[in-house]
Amino acid sequence: MTATPAVATTTDEPAAPKGPGPVQVVTVRIRFAKQGKVRFTSHRDVARMWERALRRVQLPVARSQGFSPRPRLHFGLALSTGHESLAEYLDVDLVEGTAVDVAALPDILTPALPRGLTATAAAEVPPGTPSLQHAVTSCRWEIEVGGLDLAALAARSEALLAAPELVMTRQRKGKDVTDDVRPHLHDLVAVARDGVPLLVAELGAQNRGLRPSELVALLGPEAREVRVCRTHQFTEHDGTRSEPLAVDDPVPAPHAEVRAS
Amino acid sequence: MSTVWPALEAILPRVAKPARYIGGEDGAQEPEHLPGQVAWLLAYPDTYEIGLPNQGLQILYEILNERADSVAERTYAPWVDLEELLRSEGIPLFSVDTHRPASDFDILAFNLSAELTYTNLLAMVDLAGCPVRSADRTPHDLLIGVGGHCTYNPEPIAPFLDFVVLGDGEEAVGEISAALAPWKAARDAGEPVTREDALVILAGIEGVYVPSLYEAVHDPDTGLLLETRPIHPAAPASVEKRTIADLGDWPYPRNQLVPLTEVVHDRLNVEVFRGCTRGCRFCQAGMITRPVRERPADQVRTMVADGLRRTGYDEVALTSLSTADFSGIEGVVGEIVRNTEGEMGCGDVSVSLPSLRVDAFTVGIAAEIQRARRTGLTFAPEGGTWRMRQVINKLISEDDLYGAVESAYSQGWRRMKLYFLIGLPTETDEDTLGIAELARNVVAIGKKFHKSPSVTVSVGGFVPKPFTPFQWFGQNTREELHRKVTLLRDATRKDHGVQLKWHDPRATTVEGIMSRGDRRLADVIEDVWRHGGTFQEWSEKFDLDLWLAALERHGLSVEELVYRHRTEDEALPWDHLSAGLHKDFLWQDWRDALDEVGLEDCRWTPCYDCGACTGYGIEHVVANATPPAGGSQGTGRAVPVTLGVRPADPVGAPS
Repeated sequence: MTATPAVATTTDEPAAPKGPGPVQVVTVRIRFAKQGKVRFTSHRDVARMWERALRRVQLPVARSQGFSPRPRLHFGLALSTGHESLAEYLDVDLVEGTAVDVAALPDILTPALPRGLTATAAAEVPPGTPSLQHAVTSCRWEIEVGGLDLAALAARSEALLAAPELVMTRQRKGKDVTDDVRPHLHDLVAVARDGVPLLVAELGAQNRGLRPSELVALLGPEAREVRVCRTHQFTEHDGTRSEPLAVDDPVPAPHAEVRAS
Repeated sequence: MSTVWPALEAILPRVAKPARYIGGEDGAQEPEHLPGQVAWLLAYPDTYEIGLPNQGLQILYEILNERADSVAERTYAPWVDLEELLRSEGIPLFSVDTHRPASDFDILAFNLSAELTYTNLLAMVDLAGCPVRSADRTPHDLLIGVGGHCTYNPEPIAPFLDFVVLGDGEEAVGEISAALAPWKAARDAGEPVTREDALVILAGIEGVYVPSLYEAVHDPDTGLLLETRPIHPAAPASVEKRTIADLGDWPYPRNQLVPLTEVVHDRLNVEVFRGCTRGCRFCQAGMITRPVRERPADQVRTMVADGLRRTGYDEVALTSLSTADFSGIEGVVGEIVRNTEGEMGCGDVSVSLPSLRVDAFTVGIAAEIQRARRTGLTFAPEGGTWRMRQVINKLISEDDLYGAVESAYSQGWRRMKLYFLIGLPTETDEDTLGIAELARNVVAIGKKFHKSPSVTVSVGGFVPKPFTPFQWFGQNTREELHRKVTLLRDATRKDHGVQLKWHDPRATTVEGIMSRGDRRLADVIEDVWRHGGTFQEWSEKFDLDLWLAALERHGLSVEELVYRHRTEDEALPWDHLSAGLHKDFLWQDWRDALDEVGLEDCRWTPCYDCGACTGYGIEHVVANATPPAGGSQGTGRAVPVTLGVRPADPVGAPS
């Protein structure tokens, strides 16, 4: 939680050659996990946690112009309150001329964040990179469902995938909208992990997409959402799928208290 | 360790804003409870968003956790959706820190800041699995304690309480822990201790009032209170409040809690002084927290710098009852602004000064520190005419106010907020309409600088409080308050720049019932709670009819409890408690108010022996003996008012 002034320096010197150590960076992308009790905070709550954490480590974040300047942070797709994630992202615009050791950022940021939020990777974002909101086309989710055993879960999943269309009524901007959500259901598998039946679902993210809670509703009235975790966000470029920021091991070192919760 | 977390976790997805119940804030502690330690569950009887920022609770939380003989955790009132689920699932009240059930603690201690939260206190005690009446509890039940400003008249809730701490809690909580630890050890060793033993131990601690050791005697015919007297040898005839002599000895909170979700006053708060001697006669806080004790300026600077670095906040509030009165305030805020510039990665830190004094000097300070976000400024003239302000001893001249707003508009502020009270003693319609007149003139001044300046006028109904000169005053009826609000609405209807807001007179009435009520009200409060009347501070939950019906069921009337003027010789429900103020000082000040005579601030003028310093052998701690520049009130500047001269030797005052 202590300030680490060495992390960033603002300098007029030209950018140093690439390599280990501080280099001038315009925008940094950070990948992080949200697990345990902190999953009950909202997307906006998490944004405020990041603002405070970045001030704690004294990273010089660029600010918007105008009457009430705000730090320029750009978050990806919102995660519903109560859902966990191993693949959240934010882009941070830095003050011009800031030199940062990007690789060192996760280890510096995690102690400045509340327990349960863990920075797992960071990288420079080249200028012109599309925003997270627009770039991400689908997400993979692990959904623990109550009320159905593995066999039933597998059968219902197959039925959903086999259906030519899945028409459902959902709330959109306060209004009921009825449409076919089948195009957003990219993949669905029922698996057992440690004896617990689990759905692994890949759901579309663009044009409203399909949310995990809505998928659970499609499984039938007995299905009950128990625990939801976003494990991946994917972008597509020329037909190849990739993560905005890949990590070797997306699961943060188990924090005893986090996992206990 | 027992925890309700697994059960709670399963129902949290079904409630609004579940982040209120998870704990885990930066600064939160998860103490191990060791045998022999007294375990406190510190409670705020309203939602997390309102309760978390409470500085008193945070201070005691740290002090108790630093001690070897005690531990402390926190809890807040669960909102109605969660309360319903907790009851249906059989989950008790829990701490947000470790999610232990309340029954794992020894003491459930509430901060009481508002009368309308009393029914929440009952809901929480009941949810904790503890009988709501002190008389029904066993040695293994929780001890229910309270502190905070409302405790200067705890009589309406006395039967629910085991103990009350009057005044500053910093020292008292340690003494309570030390005194109760042996009793608890004996109890846990199976020795035959009783609950009364614990209560007698508590009654022996200075500043601690144990209501069950007293009885209230009422006139059998009129129902009026005759006296409240001790019925146990351990109970002192009068319980004096606690006062810490030097705020510099208590640099708390050291680790202010940083909530994970949105709360009120979500910023770093540093208390710069405690107490106020401006002498506003309606203001209970200013009367009961005397004398003035400033924090050393160096300590303020350190607490601000360390606090900002640790929390990551970009806003700090320098809190007190009137921060512009802090000695050398200009230098202190100037330094904070300069020192934080550049140090914090995310840009400027903003400093806020709640409770601004009404004068141009104060606006100058505000301009110095609010370089970036100049949105709105708030002033509290409280009374609409100079006559009214003399009665309440808030000696702000119209020049002060107009000078302040002119200065504010000229420096870029656009929105002014003005606070007023209606229903003050001797108030006439001219005084009420004076509020509209002032607002209109403020808009006119604003037009010199902006196209469409906006002035929000907030009007609250006055509730007389214990230990103030107005404690004898019969509160305005809610019909009368309604009439005055209507008067103001009509008067400001055509003033497009003026937005009038008012506090619900029905809520003001219920606050009045409890502000000066006596023990007979306990039945009423319990009745309202049993009929579902919680969260009465929230307009969507407030229900006057519940209160009126309960009063009727128990043979009590609003007329007697609220609207009636008290007489000099009548017993008041808080006569056996003391905030250090001599009753004859308060009575004289009440007479002076009726004579429209003002009284100067004793920080910078000779003592008039209110009792707060002399009685306790303590003094003001003020770094600078010169009054601050600017403004009229108590600053030595000539004001067109006769300042009252105290009688040299007030009758009946102890020498």
